[in-house]
Formats: sequence, structure tokens, C-alpha cells
Amino acid sequence: MTNWERFVDSFFNARVAAEYFPKIVEGFWLTIVLAACIIVTGLAAGLGLAVIRAFGLRVVNLLIIFVVDLFRALPPLVIIALLYFGLPAAGLSMDGFVCAWIALAAVLMAFSEEIFWAGITAVPKGQWEAARSTGLGFLQTLGYVVLPQALRMTIPPLTNRTIAITKGTALASVVAVPDILGAANAGVSFSFNPTPLTMGAAAYLVLFLPVVIFGRWVETRFAWKR
Amino acid sequence: MTWDDFVLAFFSWQIVSEAWPILWDGLQRTILMSIMVVPLGFLGGTILALLSTVHNPWVRWPAAVWTDVFRALPPLVLLIFLYAGVPFTGLEISAWGAVAIGFFLNTGSYYGEILRAGIESVPRGQQEAARSTGLTRWQTMRWIVLPQAFRNVLPDLISNTLEVVKLTSIASVVALPELLFQARQAQSVTYNATPIVAAAVIYFILLWPMVRVLSRLENKALAGRR
Repeated sequence: MTNWERFVDSFFNARVAAEYFPKIVEGFWLTIVLAACIIVTGLAAGLGLAVIRAFGLRVVNLLIIFVVDLFRALPPLVIIALLYFGLPAAGLSMDGFVCAWIALAAVLMAFSEEIFWAGITAVPKGQWEAARSTGLGFLQTLGYVVLPQALRMTIPPLTNRTIAITKGTALASVVAVPDILGAANAGVSFSFNPTPLTMGAAAYLVLFLPVVIFGRWVETRFAWKR
Repeated sequence: MTWDDFVLAFFSWQIVSEAWPILWDGLQRTILMSIMVVPLGFLGGTILALLSTVHNPWVRWPAAVWTDVFRALPPLVLLIFLYAGVPFTGLEISAWGAVAIGFFLNTGSYYGEILRAGIESVPRGQQEAARSTGLTRWQTMRWIVLPQAFRNVLPDLISNTLEVVKLTSIASVVALPELLFQARQAQSVTYNATPIVAAAVIYFILLWPMVRVLSRLENKALAGRR
């Protein structure tokens, strides 16, 4: 076999590709489900924390800042390892999917809280005062006046951060979740051929390349006016 | 489970002192890896950003595609592809080699995208003015554009550097004995979750100052845009 033939046989082996294609497709859907779970819960929790922070309760806010800092400083894989390998010592065993979900949602919560909070504080104080003086309550002011303006500002950084954290779903393969990477790894060890990894990489490109390009478009479309 | 059991399973001082030599060994490697991959990524990013300023579309477009592809591919996928896939061609890559190449490709693309945005944030008139005073294209880049570009995107550069240091934890997946890997080893030897908790605490102590600085910088940047 020439080097080229060996290369093709290794990375683009049609027989292996056909055999493991269904597994990669299953992994593809699992990655999407995991990503969707993370995005919905992470962003909701982040927005919730930012709203609570707007009430300005000192002790609560210090706690929020600590939690946010904690999940910004810890590597996601360390959090996943803590949940998956550590918690069983306390008698709490969770599925790898759930561990990855909780860990990455917590990370997204932390980052999005910072961004939402930055957006809320960027709305001029006069807007608060004007809204309150028209008789709107605190929550009404927040919901109808401040958040609509704040959220618009947060779209570009939020999009990019969400994309970056969503790519972390590949970490779930470390705790035995058969997502794209998990399925590809299993395929490589069964077939002793790296073609499933090539397919896995291709699957990630199919999934994330449009998302990355979308993120870039959002950045120019909603750019900050300097 | 009683409180004492809980403390014994997660916060045992005795386990920490027993596992410390191995954790310290891992911590040193994590720091060494960070010192290696951050400049490597920065170098790759600077090259990509400079290529994106070239007028020739045959240079600019491949650089843009390269950046997007490696931003779309999750770093763990890239790392496993290098470490477990490439050897099938007969080319052995050590864990360190895979980390160096993988981070150069992935991190370089992120730094490249940030620096490109920085270069674009410097008004064109400055380049024209500099060129008209007799500076060459390269001198203009070096003395006029890049210094301002770096300053404009400093928070993003620091933020990305923090992400890169956190990301070094994925090297544990390819058996590079850094902090997380050593913590897992210590956990399996001691049958106790304390080493993972200890690793998390070490990461937090190490990176928390950076998170604080970043939080300050981001709020300042936002105040300036108000």
C-alpha cells in the first residue's frame, strides 16, 4: 500500500464509514438535545440571577457574585468530574448526560448572568427614575423598560458565549455519553480504524460551522455603537 | 450519611496531605502547559489576524475559512483526533505534541478573531495618515495599528487567555498528567473524592484573581459605551 492509500484507508474508509454512520447520527441528535437543554436552562438561570441581583440585596448579591466567579473560574471538565466521579461518594450517582447538562448549564448561567447584569447596568439611571415616576412598579420597570433595552445590547456577547459553551458538549463523551465524540470514540475502538473520528469531526463542522458564521453575523448586525 | 462522613469523603485533610505530592506534580504541569500554549496560540492568532488584513483574496479567504473551521471544531475533538486518529497513519504524536498542535490550531483561531476585530477597530484614517507620513505598510502596522488594536481588545484577550488556561484540563483525556488527571489518579487510589475537590479549589484560587480583573474591565468597557 502506498502512503496515500494507507491514509485514505485509515481516515476515509467507506466500509467503516457505512457501518458507523447510524451511530454518529444518533450521537448528532444527542449532542443537539444536550446543547438545547444547556442553552435553555443556562440562559434562564442566568437571567433569573441577574433579575434577583437587580433588587440590590447586599448579602444575596455577594452570594450571586461568588457563584458566578466560581463557575467562571472552574474548568467545565473539572465540574463534570466533580459531579460524575465525586458525588457518588455522597451516595448521589447521576447519569453522564445529567452531569454534563448541570455542569455546562451552571457555566452558561455564570457567564450569561454577568452579561445580563452588564446590560441592565448599562441602561441609564434616568430611565429607571422616569419609569418609576410614571407609577410603574419595580418589576414592571425592569420588565417593560429596562430589560427590553438591556437584552438587545447583550445579544452579541451572549451569542458568542453560548456558542463557545455549547461546544463543550463534546466533554460529555468523557463521562460515557454517546454524543458525537462518544460515538466516534467507540467506533474507533471497535473497528480499529479512525474513520469514525473523521465522521465525528465532519458532524461537528456541519453542526457548528453555520453557528459560528451566524455568531459573526450577529456581531456585526447588533454591534455596539461606539 | 452523616455530616462527618460527608466531610471525610470530600474535605478530608488527611487525604489532601497524602495526595499533595501528586497534585503538586500535576499543578506544575498545568502551569507549564499554560506557559507553552498561550504564547503558541497568540503567535498563531497574530499570524491569522495579519493575514486577514492582506488585500489579496487568495490569502484573506483561506485565513478566514481556517479561522472558522477551527473555531467550529470543539477542542477536545481536535485533540483526540490528533492523539488517537493520526497515529493510524504511522505517525506517532505524544500527548504533549497533540496538545501543542491542537491548542495552536484552536486557540490561535480564537486569538486571531479577537485581534482581527482589534485591527478593524482602528479607524482607516489612521493608517492613511501614517502611510502619508512616509511609514511603510509594515511600520504602520507595527507602530500605529497593532498597539491600539491590542489595547482596544484587551478584555477579550484576557478573557480568552483565561479560557485557554481552563481548557488545559482537557489534556487529562489524552493521559497527560496535569492537575485534573493527577486528581483523578489520586481519587482512584484513595477511594475518596477529596483530591478532585482539592483540584477544583486549586483552579479556583489560581484563576479567581483573573476573573475579578476581567469583571472590572468588562464593566469599565460597558460604562464607556453608555
